[in-house]
Amino acid sequence: MHHMTDILEDSGKLLVLGNEAITRGLIEAGVRFASTYPGTPSSEIGGLLEKIAEKVGMYFEYSTNEKVALEAASGAAAAGIRSFAFMKHVGLNVASDPLMTLAYAGVDGGMVIMTADDPSAHSSQNEQDNRYYALLSLLPMLEPSTPSEAKEMVKDAFDLSERLHSPVLFRTTTRINHARGIIEMSSRKDTVQKSDFKKDPRRYVNVPANARLNRLKLLERLAEASRESEESPLNYVTGDSGVGIITSGVSYGYAQEWLDDVSILKLGFTHPLPEKMIARFLQEKEMVIVVEELEPYLEDQVLRIARQNGIDTPIFGKRTGHLPRPYEYSPDVIKGLRSLVPITRDAVPLEKPDIVLPNRPPMLCAGCPHRGTFYAVKKAVGKDDVIYSSDIGCYTLGIQPPYHTADFILCMGGGVGAAGGFSEATDQKVVAFIGDSTFFHTGIPPLINAVFNQHRFTVVIMDNRATAMTGHQPHPGTGRVHGGRQTNPLEIEPIVRACGVSFVETVDPADIKNTTDVMRRAMEHDGVSVVITKHPCPLDLKKKKKLNVSIYTINQEKCIRCYTCVQKFACPAIYRQGDEVFIDPILCIGCGMCTQICPKGAMEEMQ
Amino acid sequence: MRYTIQIVGVGGQGVLLASMVLGNAAMKEGHEVCMSEVHGMAQRGGSVLSTLRMGEDIISPLEALGEADLLMGFEPVETARSLSLGSKETMVVMNLNPMIPALASMGLETYPPVEDIIKAIQARTDNLFTLDATDIAVQAGMAVAANAVMIGAVAGAKGFPLSVDVLEETLLDLVPAKFKDVNRKAFRMGYELLRGR
Repeated sequence: MHHMTDILEDSGKLLVLGNEAITRGLIEAGVRFASTYPGTPSSEIGGLLEKIAEKVGMYFEYSTNEKVALEAASGAAAAGIRSFAFMKHVGLNVASDPLMTLAYAGVDGGMVIMTADDPSAHSSQNEQDNRYYALLSLLPMLEPSTPSEAKEMVKDAFDLSERLHSPVLFRTTTRINHARGIIEMSSRKDTVQKSDFKKDPRRYVNVPANARLNRLKLLERLAEASRESEESPLNYVTGDSGVGIITSGVSYGYAQEWLDDVSILKLGFTHPLPEKMIARFLQEKEMVIVVEELEPYLEDQVLRIARQNGIDTPIFGKRTGHLPRPYEYSPDVIKGLRSLVPITRDAVPLEKPDIVLPNRPPMLCAGCPHRGTFYAVKKAVGKDDVIYSSDIGCYTLGIQPPYHTADFILCMGGGVGAAGGFSEATDQKVVAFIGDSTFFHTGIPPLINAVFNQHRFTVVIMDNRATAMTGHQPHPGTGRVHGGRQTNPLEIEPIVRACGVSFVETVDPADIKNTTDVMRRAMEHDGVSVVITKHPCPLDLKKKKKLNVSIYTINQEKCIRCYTCVQKFACPAIYRQGDEVFIDPILCIGCGMCTQICPKGAMEEMQ
Repeated sequence: MRYTIQIVGVGGQGVLLASMVLGNAAMKEGHEVCMSEVHGMAQRGGSVLSTLRMGEDIISPLEALGEADLLMGFEPVETARSLSLGSKETMVVMNLNPMIPALASMGLETYPPVEDIIKAIQARTDNLFTLDATDIAVQAGMAVAANAVMIGAVAGAKGFPLSVDVLEETLLDLVPAKFKDVNRKAFRMGYELLRGR
């Protein structure tokens, strides 16, 4: 996209990210309420809505977590306006509690819930397949294959939701959200912006007596969704051949482009499946291959449909070992079907050079305040045996050398909870790391738990004033300044005190000596201690044009080649070439932390 | 027509901007465009790969190994790492300026001599073209314009399907106004370097 506002035009073509295409779909669908907690690969939708929602008559918020986001959108949908809740795959775990009962209640206004899955776990802690949430909740589910299809399908999802009075799951994967394609913009649907909630306790209050009745209604909606799926234009067949492919999502593109002489049943409406259509397709074919990423979600249902219809067409896929279950698919994975179908595209890849290449794992940016925190913590810890129970965010990168400050990570907010278990089950010292946004997300209940149960460990709340990893979204600790609303930042320290923590100190991690001293005292404290290391993310300041860049250089006369800076501090702007150490003037942002590390004061500010 | 460009480099080098310039130029010339990139962790100084496919009847955001028409390497080690994206037919354009990874600076791993990387690639293909994009960018006015040098270079490469004028116009449209002149200069210096080769 050239400019942010291009997406507000009602005609013309744009080359956009899948997430931008979906955002345009929301505008065209007349969505009036949207909520999220940021998570890759879904985050860019929020980044865009933050800027444009007000202009298109939509309310948008970053909620404190995915559960709250889904609940807020449920309220809006119950009131009768079109609402959209979106999150990454593991976010739907957090929101799964309201999801299951929302399915019983159904909705009045159209409601779509997007789950952005991440096969290959490009930026996630697992590669769970959220299509099973459709089976679990009995909710209808749609899955696009390309950015342009995603834009259109978002609109279909809202129409379907209103026809069925049911929330609809919209399931994407990284290669949809972060693919780019050309969209053609069209007109917007006129929808109500505000409505009146019509009370209906039998539907909206699922006490046991009502829940039992609503369970039957949910099954009726599921049957109606099956009829919709059979008729849906989102499920269609291309090509004419005795060899059939059943596929959905991004795998469709790989199958369509790389498999020759096949007939493809392309499924966009993937729960409930169009069972009669699938049975007819199976009957017409000599063999069928099911091509889908991750678990055999389609394949197992296709096998069941074949059995129930007495069809003995051979069905190949993961269950027969022809396709892999882990990791995202690619054209090369599809080419692995060569034993079953002809594939003519066969370029010979160049051999990899037989040189050992250095790896380039992601690491904390130059000027990252977390580097100061980790350096100080390690210094305070010294040779002690400490368990680092960490969490989800940029500071997860503490796993890399030289810090190794991540020994155990589960999920958002999980580090503080697990620290309680470590402190009871071992005699080792325990330090938990958690970010500011993660603290508000799910970090407060485990902190209260630690005080309540008298655990003994130190929590370091790494407050870099943003939800940094996903693109510097605001959170309660930063306050909100978008969509015509301005709210005050919520201070972390008083919240920690209110949780009953007696040792709480806030430090600037760029002051390494003071941070080290405070960490030492915190770890000596008998009970739960909290150190808040507060320093804004320089990338965020840069974006907001508030970063004063100065550049440091190394005075080679003073440098004694001790390599403390590259070995123990490991700022990516400082590199070693031969025996000498240099600072890359493009990467350096002038945080000056390295001047506190160098024993000879060789780091000097360039004039 | 189908044409695939694979762009590899290091987070922060402008791989994404380059792919956006090429993709928008392809759209302006009436091609269908499918692109893919990895976000998130890869932005933190990690390896970055961006795939751009243009032409007719394309829907896949990824390309098969060996099927790239052009491999743009913003960094020697990253080019070597991703060499299998191309075949003997693939044009490989490589910036010679190394970015030393932190693990190498820490002494845990070694950055090989750039000459060794060049030799290894030349042993595998006759279609390697190298340039000091960063040095050229500095001559043009600023080091970060290295991606403009790279875009200009591929615009001049033999068989490249997009018009140099559309590409230049698209680049200048996407960079901040105050950097237009430096980028134009960098783009043209890159273009002259590979023109017709």
